[in-house]
Amino acid sequence: MNEQTQSVLDKYQGKYTPYTHLNDQYVSLTASESAEVLYDLLKSLKEEAGYDYLCDIAGVDYLTYPDAEDRYGVIYALVNTESGARLFVKAHANDPAPTLPSVYELWNGSNWMEREVYDMFGVTFQRHPDLRRILMPDEFVDYPLRKDYPLRGLGERHSMPSLTRAES
Amino acid sequence: MPLTASPSTTLLPDSDGQEYQYTLNFGPQHPATHTTLRLILTLEGETIIKAVPDIGFLHSGFEKLGEDLDFNQYVTIVDRMNYISPVANEIAWHHTVEKLLEIELTPRCKYIRTILAELARISDHLLCIGAAALDLGALTAFLYAFNEREKVYNIIEEASGQRFHPSYTRVGGLMNDVSDKFVELVRDFVKTFPPAHADVVRLLNRNRIFVDRTKNVGVLTKEQAINMSASGPIARAAGVTRDLRKDEPYLAYEELSSSFQMVCATGGDCYSRYLVRMGEMMESLNIIKAAIENLPSGPINVTADGKYTIPDKSSTYRSIEGLIQHFELIMWNRKFDTPVAETYGANETANGELGFYLVCDGGNHAYRARTRPPSFIHFSLFPMLIEGHQISDVPAVLGSLNIIAAELDR
Repeated sequence: MNEQTQSVLDKYQGKYTPYTHLNDQYVSLTASESAEVLYDLLKSLKEEAGYDYLCDIAGVDYLTYPDAEDRYGVIYALVNTESGARLFVKAHANDPAPTLPSVYELWNGSNWMEREVYDMFGVTFQRHPDLRRILMPDEFVDYPLRKDYPLRGLGERHSMPSLTRAES
Repeated sequence: MPLTASPSTTLLPDSDGQEYQYTLNFGPQHPATHTTLRLILTLEGETIIKAVPDIGFLHSGFEKLGEDLDFNQYVTIVDRMNYISPVANEIAWHHTVEKLLEIELTPRCKYIRTILAELARISDHLLCIGAAALDLGALTAFLYAFNEREKVYNIIEEASGQRFHPSYTRVGGLMNDVSDKFVELVRDFVKTFPPAHADVVRLLNRNRIFVDRTKNVGVLTKEQAINMSASGPIARAAGVTRDLRKDEPYLAYEELSSSFQMVCATGGDCYSRYLVRMGEMMESLNIIKAAIENLPSGPINVTADGKYTIPDKSSTYRSIEGLIQHFELIMWNRKFDTPVAETYGANETANGELGFYLVCDGGNHAYRARTRPPSFIHFSLFPMLIEGHQISDVPAVLGSLNIIAAELDR
């Protein structure tokens, strides 16, 4: 981890837990810390520490995970395109209304990635310009990658409304 | 209940009553989309003023399946993501699994995987270029490209027994070792590919129609490429010098790094993307040439002590240790010992950075297997790239982005 990254992280001292796993740097924020500092932290990392590339946003449902404190995890995989360094920022959110700030203003590429996390896990992103389902149909009500959603579905395939020619 | 299709919500707010603007549905079934994706284009004359992609037609819950199947079974599913270069997906998936389980591959396995990954890249780029040229009216280049792709399929068939979906990699190694004929076929390919490549260059590089329809069409600047998370040839064509094979060498790329270069361009348009892909194919060929001539001998699988690789059949049938290990890895309630940990592993595939975010909870399969699909991220660039262009530019831009709907929707 270089000096700029360290100085950015020092600004948020006590608001996160850093750790290293398999040579990758992680910064983990609990649900309350995420609500408080996630956007500012990502913004500083982008503007001051050079993490200008948002590689991926991965959603995870930690419902049955051993020793998990918060239910939903959203992992922002950042890359510094100058040095090639990677940093993973893990934010968390909880039921009943899992919410995180949208990073669309920082990285336009987050548009579809956040929509996918919303579609699959039901985590809403505040200030996202167009938060709709992306892969599942609009009338789908569940969030399929949540751990309490069964692998074979809840019979939606058989009760999907069929569109008649007159209605279309 | 009638389906609430998205166009009603996504039309321009001021488009009501403006008769000169109209909406065109492009797809889901359209020859230029090649696969199943839909675009809702708002047109003013023939100029596209807004494009709204509507995806998900091929969504089949791959990531949910990844939480149910074990690391070796899931390889058949990742095969079907980018089905133009399936081996590259397998290698990326097992790269991540091996990173999490901290397995160090044998040198021979690394080299064979490198050769296959590069062959997959050539095969993918050939299809992308061939199909893009076909959509723009150049049929001959498509035939030349597909002639070469057949040879790549022959090589993959020789290695794994399957042409399209080989499911060839395994945790800690490969399904089986390659034969002498494989080496022969690869050497043959290395010899016969450059003339075929030169034919495509002669057909397209200065082809008036092809150049007119691709130059300055769908221009992506370097800042946009970084801001929109573009990767692979699309980012490199916009001037982003980022290639995981150079930046974070994996497999045998570190040892072979002197034999290839990163191919970049600065134009950012469809023509630059074409040129980058053409250049990358020759660099891939250089990697293959160096790897096949320096192919190490030795085992393809890591040692049996780690309890990660399926033993070969003779050992399963003739020794008690082999039988036990086979049983341990195949029975549904045994399988792999995983740590309570998570990791992200990424490979540079033909389309860009294919990454997996793998979470394990100590059980015998993945707790979460998130895919970072390059096609998904590149397709979100499309509305920005096409805005202001003519409707006939849609096939050019779609072709240059190389959207594979199976990977897009998973």
